[in-house]
Amino acid sequence: MAKSIKLRAKAKDGVATVKALISHPMETGLRKDKKSGKPIPAEFIQEVVCESGGKTVLNAQWGSAISKNPFLSFKFNGAKSGDSIKISWVDNKGNSDSIDSKIK
Amino acid sequence: MNHNRRTLLKGSLAAGAVGAAVSAGLLTPKAVMAAWAKDAFEAKEVDAAMTGAMGSADATASDKIKLKAPDIAENGAVVPITVTSSIDGTTTMSILVAKNNTPLTSTYELGPNTEAYISTRVKMGKTSDVIAVVKAGGKLYSTKKEVKVTIGGCGG
Amino acid sequence: MNKIANVLTAAFLVVTPFVAQATPDQDLKEFREHFFKKFPDTPKSDFINGVYSVDPASREQWEAFEEFPSYEIFVDKGEELFNKKFANGKGFADCFPNYKKGIRQNYPYFDSNSGEVVTLEGAINKCLTDNGEKPYKWKTGNITYVSAYLAYLSRGNKINIKVPNDSKAMATYNRGKKHFYAKRGQLNMSCADCHYHYAGSKIRADILSPALGHPTGFPVYRNKWAGASSKGDGMGTLHRRYGGCNKQVRAKPFKAQSDEYKALEYFHTYMSNGLEANGPSQRK
Repeated sequence: MAKSIKLRAKAKDGVATVKALISHPMETGLRKDKKSGKPIPAEFIQEVVCESGGKTVLNAQWGSAISKNPFLSFKFNGAKSGDSIKISWVDNKGNSDSIDSKIK
Repeated sequence: MNHNRRTLLKGSLAAGAVGAAVSAGLLTPKAVMAAWAKDAFEAKEVDAAMTGAMGSADATASDKIKLKAPDIAENGAVVPITVTSSIDGTTTMSILVAKNNTPLTSTYELGPNTEAYISTRVKMGKTSDVIAVVKAGGKLYSTKKEVKVTIGGCGG
Repeated sequence: MNKIANVLTAAFLVVTPFVAQATPDQDLKEFREHFFKKFPDTPKSDFINGVYSVDPASREQWEAFEEFPSYEIFVDKGEELFNKKFANGKGFADCFPNYKKGIRQNYPYFDSNSGEVVTLEGAINKCLTDNGEKPYKWKTGNITYVSAYLAYLSRGNKINIKVPNDSKAMATYNRGKKHFYAKRGQLNMSCADCHYHYAGSKIRADILSPALGHPTGFPVYRNKWAGASSKGDGMGTLHRRYGGCNKQVRAKPFKAQSDEYKALEYFHTYMSNGLEANGPSQRK
């Protein structure tokens, strides 16, 4: 399932700029299905972790107020092209996904 | 795929009723996930949300935090927010939407080499202050900006 | 001065019988001039960005989205669908052999043999049915993904709609033109009222986009369509938008890929000839 994360990571002058776009409904659990009237169960990412070169770069905790198909961007120093980068997420249902890549 | 988590879930818990409940999404596998700040995310007041996320509701207003947000959101479901802190030693950043049912949208723990910069998109239920809180040197600092959320024009 | 010119133009178009018509190229020239004069600060090539080309505040938000736009998820889906072989061993590439160079800029075109306007969505579904596959639904889902992929590959190509020297083609073009300028619905408004005469003005909390550059960015990812229901993934076709617009002036919408909307798309896209294709795009 490593297809839910689109990742762009570039290094310039030692600073890596990371941009991620994740395919996820980020459902709050407060909406009702228009046709059936039944509540749509909550389904949202709760944790996003980014590692590079074996170290944790960012640990994000999310609530359901992060938008659908969430976007996240951050930067870190001491990075160079070719360094490994990994992003993973876990949601409230226990689903998860991750992507292993290299900084460009 | 995050094999470790999946295997752990399947192997040790899936066997019994607890496992069934976990896989049905009824029980949050707290033990296997990093502790999600449930109280902070479910708090209905800004102070309680801040305390849950950052340890305290006592933050000093600071102009060294740059909060980029639109004056009028095109669509309340996707409001682009960027927070940059130039306060030395920023370790944690949080974004709150004061008038949301549950104000805390997210919290970010920065690694030692990570810049105090976060950009994301949040949902806003209505016109509200967006509050950025950062922890630096154990103290809290914040800034805020009002973002207007409107109903569209062409019939919605 | 401008307002008088606009009112006169509007009156001229409503009153004059559509017999001795301007040619499509004369229409195009006038159409472009109207918008270039109305928005002198907008670079001519920027009209493809719709409302963001005339409103700096919403443009800033749009630029934030363009950092990593949601539609990229659907371009990927489209690429997957495009490359999947049909049961008979063929694939979309057989129907669109030049797809890598970009083909979006040529649609819709008038097929002199069938006497019909062919839209990109029409061509996609024809490819499916010609090869024994089930056609996609017209306004959402798979058709928008494949269309988005093809549009993405066509970025930068200049829109190049042709009206051949064919009476049926001219008639279809004129039918579309008439639709654009005709009042309809309980609110008695035409496409031109909002997007030609009052482009750039506000309608409640929205800013009206200029019709120049309208179709270049389709299929579109609309934030509104993404949030609306649990089914909405945000993507939609031009005809989906036409239907929405018609409903908003309390007019009964036509069906997607109906003759009415195909004629409208034909005229509407011709009016963007020379502008660069920039689909898929993200809008409010």
